[in-house]
Amino acid sequence: MRNFYLIARKELHSYFSSPVAYVVITMFLVITGYFFYNLFASFSILSFQASTNPAIANQKNLLNITETVVRPLFGNISMIMLLMVPLLTMRLFSEEKKSGTIELLLTYPVTDMEVILGKFFACLTVFLLMLLLTAIYPVLLFVFGEPEIGPVLTGYAGLVFMGAAFISLGIFTSSLTENQIIAATLSFGILFLFFMMGYSVSLMGPTLGNLMIYISLIGHLEGFAKGVIDTTDIIYYAVFITLFIFLTLRVLESKKWRG
Amino acid sequence: MIQVEKLTKSYGNYQALKEITFSVEKGEILGFLGPNGAGKTTTMRILTCFFPATSGKATVAGFDVFEEPHEVRKRIGYLPESVPLYRDMVVTDYLSFVAGIKGVAGREVKKRVDVVMDECGLTHMSHKLISELSKGYRQRVGLAQALVNEPEVLILDEPTAGLDPKQIIDIRKLIKGLAGKRTIILSTHILPEVSMTCQRVIIINEGKVIAVDTPQNLTSNIQGAGRIVVKVDGPWQEVVKGLSGITGISRVDRKEGGNGISEFVIDTAKGLDVRKEIAPLIVKNGWGLLELKPVEMSLEDIFVKLVTKE
Repeated sequence: MRNFYLIARKELHSYFSSPVAYVVITMFLVITGYFFYNLFASFSILSFQASTNPAIANQKNLLNITETVVRPLFGNISMIMLLMVPLLTMRLFSEEKKSGTIELLLTYPVTDMEVILGKFFACLTVFLLMLLLTAIYPVLLFVFGEPEIGPVLTGYAGLVFMGAAFISLGIFTSSLTENQIIAATLSFGILFLFFMMGYSVSLMGPTLGNLMIYISLIGHLEGFAKGVIDTTDIIYYAVFITLFIFLTLRVLESKKWRG
Repeated sequence: MIQVEKLTKSYGNYQALKEITFSVEKGEILGFLGPNGAGKTTTMRILTCFFPATSGKATVAGFDVFEEPHEVRKRIGYLPESVPLYRDMVVTDYLSFVAGIKGVAGREVKKRVDVVMDECGLTHMSHKLISELSKGYRQRVGLAQALVNEPEVLILDEPTAGLDPKQIIDIRKLIKGLAGKRTIILSTHILPEVSMTCQRVIIINEGKVIAVDTPQNLTSNIQGAGRIVVKVDGPWQEVVKGLSGITGISRVDRKEGGNGISEFVIDTAKGLDVRKEIAPLIVKNGWGLLELKPVEMSLEDIFVKLVTKE
């Protein structure tokens, strides 16, 4: 437990002693802020038009702030996460492999699991901080409108699960290579494929199609963004995270049998 | 303290270690000598449980490196050759981190860190970023992290590589100062280092142990025959003829010295001192005897001899 804490603290320190965390968080906020502005501004124009145009005023769904701003906002944030999280995870093992510090770290009396979890939670902390800073957007919504609180909270819960899943995959790809760019590219590519798996559903039979929908990362956020907490979604993320942490553990252990 | 039996490590078809066997007593400093690629680092990585051997057995402080790596790791301090450190950390923070992870109790950490920084001459650098330190100081930080938990066994891979002469002397002093208290294995390809710091030397080449002994014994055993250098002012053909006539001299080599002066390197049979006979011969013939001295075979010569013989 102490080792886990020490490693997590050391990793957190590394994030903030270099510009990496600041740059990633800043860009994340700039892009999500831009999306938020567009969603919110469109909504306010729409509401304004509705006051004079009964045809628009009749479309109740369109004038629901939760439906037109909150839900798409979560979708957008998850897309930006897809771009940014690999940049946070890429250094976790690659850097240690490149600089050779992994040799010392793994000859200290720590278990591989403590190392992985320490790094995982350090990265998760940075991610949560990044996400927490986006809370300004829903706060603004509450100031100027009346969104439902439920979907906002569950939406954030969904993003946290999704972020943790991204991080577990990022750590895995980082453990594969000593090159940070390769690690980031791999995790971005794999995440993107997971994201887009639903795309090919129309080309497949119902069984395979449903499986693809279930595997697809994006499908599991929708429920959360609607305010629904479905155990299937939680299990999906839990399995995803466990799988990639387990694979990372295997990669670290592989040095024991690889020549 | 350290037992290594028939340790073998293969990378695919390449055998980096071929059934290496040796042991190190408690409190001993063992020098690990060999050319690049001989298997020094591989052996050390096995002993530090970084990766396991393909076959064979190794125990450190009574614990098997493969069966109980955690127990072994608690008892060793390791300095890899490349001195990998977290460059974005300040010296004290880094050492505190290592101390914590190596199991030094929370309230002891600060004290231990202060002690090793003092031992390694780092106190005035304690608040610098590691990336700002010179190579010599980084080496000291590397040594400090190895020492911070007072390990029973120290494994140092080329601890003086890339340092300037003064730093080398400092580090050697530091290592020698640890003798007796700790068991130390240090690898190097710098030979004087071994004769200066180690009580015993293992020479390995191409994954095999080719000699284990004290530096002194190695020198005298391998030396076998003696060697003498004579500098003479006189006609060299006659000198060679005269010298070859002395019993016990097996070979005479001449090096041109200029101005009629020649230098002769003479190999003699073991245990015979022919100097008593060389001097009168030269004086009798009226040549000028400018120099007459025995040559000690250095560890370098022995090393080259051993390694090339293989």
